[in-house]
Amino acid sequence: MSGVALDLLLQAIPVGFVMFVVLNFGGLLTWVERKQSAIMQDRIGANRASIFGIRILGLLHPLADAVKMLTKEDFTPARADKLMFKLAPFVSVFFGLAAFATIPFGDTLQILGREIQLQAVTLNVGILYVLGMISLGVYGLMMAGWASANNYALLGGQRAAALMISAEVAIGASIMGVVMVYGSLNMQDIARGQGQPLLPQFFGCWIPAWGLLTQPAAFILFLTAGIASTKRIPFDTPEGESEIIGYFVEYSGMKFGMFAMADFLETVVIAGMTTALFLGGWQVPYLQASGFVFPWGASVALPHLAVVGLQVGAFLTKVVVVIWFLMLIRWTLPRFRYDQAMRLGWLALFPLSVLNILVTGLVLLALGTP
Amino acid sequence: MAYQTTNTPADPKHSSRLVLRQRFYVVEVLVGLALTARHFFANLWRHTLWVVFRVKSARGAVTIQYPDERRPYSPRLRSLHRLVRREDGSPRCVACMMCETVCPAHCIYIVATEHPNPEIEKVPERFDIDLGKCVFCGYCVEACPEDAIRMDTGILEFSAYDRQSMIYTKDTLLALEAAGPNGVPTSPVPIPPSRRPR
Repeated sequence: MSGVALDLLLQAIPVGFVMFVVLNFGGLLTWVERKQSAIMQDRIGANRASIFGIRILGLLHPLADAVKMLTKEDFTPARADKLMFKLAPFVSVFFGLAAFATIPFGDTLQILGREIQLQAVTLNVGILYVLGMISLGVYGLMMAGWASANNYALLGGQRAAALMISAEVAIGASIMGVVMVYGSLNMQDIARGQGQPLLPQFFGCWIPAWGLLTQPAAFILFLTAGIASTKRIPFDTPEGESEIIGYFVEYSGMKFGMFAMADFLETVVIAGMTTALFLGGWQVPYLQASGFVFPWGASVALPHLAVVGLQVGAFLTKVVVVIWFLMLIRWTLPRFRYDQAMRLGWLALFPLSVLNILVTGLVLLALGTP
Repeated sequence: MAYQTTNTPADPKHSSRLVLRQRFYVVEVLVGLALTARHFFANLWRHTLWVVFRVKSARGAVTIQYPDERRPYSPRLRSLHRLVRREDGSPRCVACMMCETVCPAHCIYIVATEHPNPEIEKVPERFDIDLGKCVFCGYCVEACPEDAIRMDTGILEFSAYDRQSMIYTKDTLLALEAAGPNGVPTSPVPIPPSRRPR
């Protein structure tokens, strides 16, 4: 009986870690967004919120935002569908949070004679699970658009649904190349596969087979479609706060904040997916379970906990870099028009993804690795 | 599809017709990202110098942090009025009503009285300016034959919560001094009663 309790307790480690990291990243991204955009635009950015005169680079602004959101009037339109209206932001945030569950942030952790997979949920179809969660997230937006009893919100929800469908198809199709190369739908297997040497018959053990190198086209296609699925500029036709108005036009207070939070959570999920599928996941080059083994023969033995720490640190670093890049794109490019976004999704991303699958299959056939 | 204008400029660099590289979009996106990323890293380095190493010459932002620092004001700036004093401290104003007459906003109100010195004709008993009406045209300064009213205090922060507090009286206006270099106010800002903490 105590063995089961210990198992549960140990399994709570990765789950708690994922919740902690994702929620904190989601909250911190409001600060990152304001600060990074300011630095890119030769400004200083949010730095006024203070506790007893301590400002710490404006890091208290997310707290101040939360207090403001929670104390604002929580308005519900008279003709709104009350239940759906209240449920919509929770649905958005829930699927944003749940999507991270199968993304591995480290190899196995051996503790107390047990092996723990460092991912919240060990699932053989992990990729499909993440795709499903991202796709289900759009239900929150459609519910919000429908329940608001506002035609602008309805149009925004409709735009969100259309954009999501065109983006999801491209995401799914672009990932298939990665799945073919590593031969698994389990994200932990894909992360492990990226630690293998790339084409050892040509390059020896020098280059790790990261998805970025094995599937460069899929990387660009996935990143583009992934940005589209986060509903942020340049693909923010569902929202368009300043002029075309989006699905959350009738929302105020923390419910509005939850939609914004869902956007940030999806950004974290897309960054995690990009890291896990294309940037080697938790892999550190030349780091194996026993320590560093360099291709020129040298090796450095490391204790197990140090290896796990390096892996988790590498994963988080990569996620932060990808988030930085997503923010860079968000603050550089102007918004696509609705029809441009549709055309990009259906006439560029999707056919190119299918072409990528075809080329990947032919190359795999030629290399003799089914 | 390329966007074409009817009046294509002669200079192809400024033509709105997109060449193939631009229509491909990805290259142009990368060029734009390189530009913003360059700004990001250059400014981040300057911010690091400022915050960590206290190098005060490294400025990572072109913006001016207004309440903490003020941009230099032009010497021609028309700011809050002041009444110039004689050497004995009495106002130089002789209550000739020129400024009150020329004021397009009718915001000056003067009540004249006898000056104790027989060589000076009059002196204002009251000299009120309603800053809620003032349009800061500076006509009163130009109309004054005695150079008794000036708008050079450099003070711009005189907003108030009610109209009554926008009326500045003779004593307040007499107490103000001219701004120092770069338009920095030298006299304390006369905070109206409605803005004082209760």
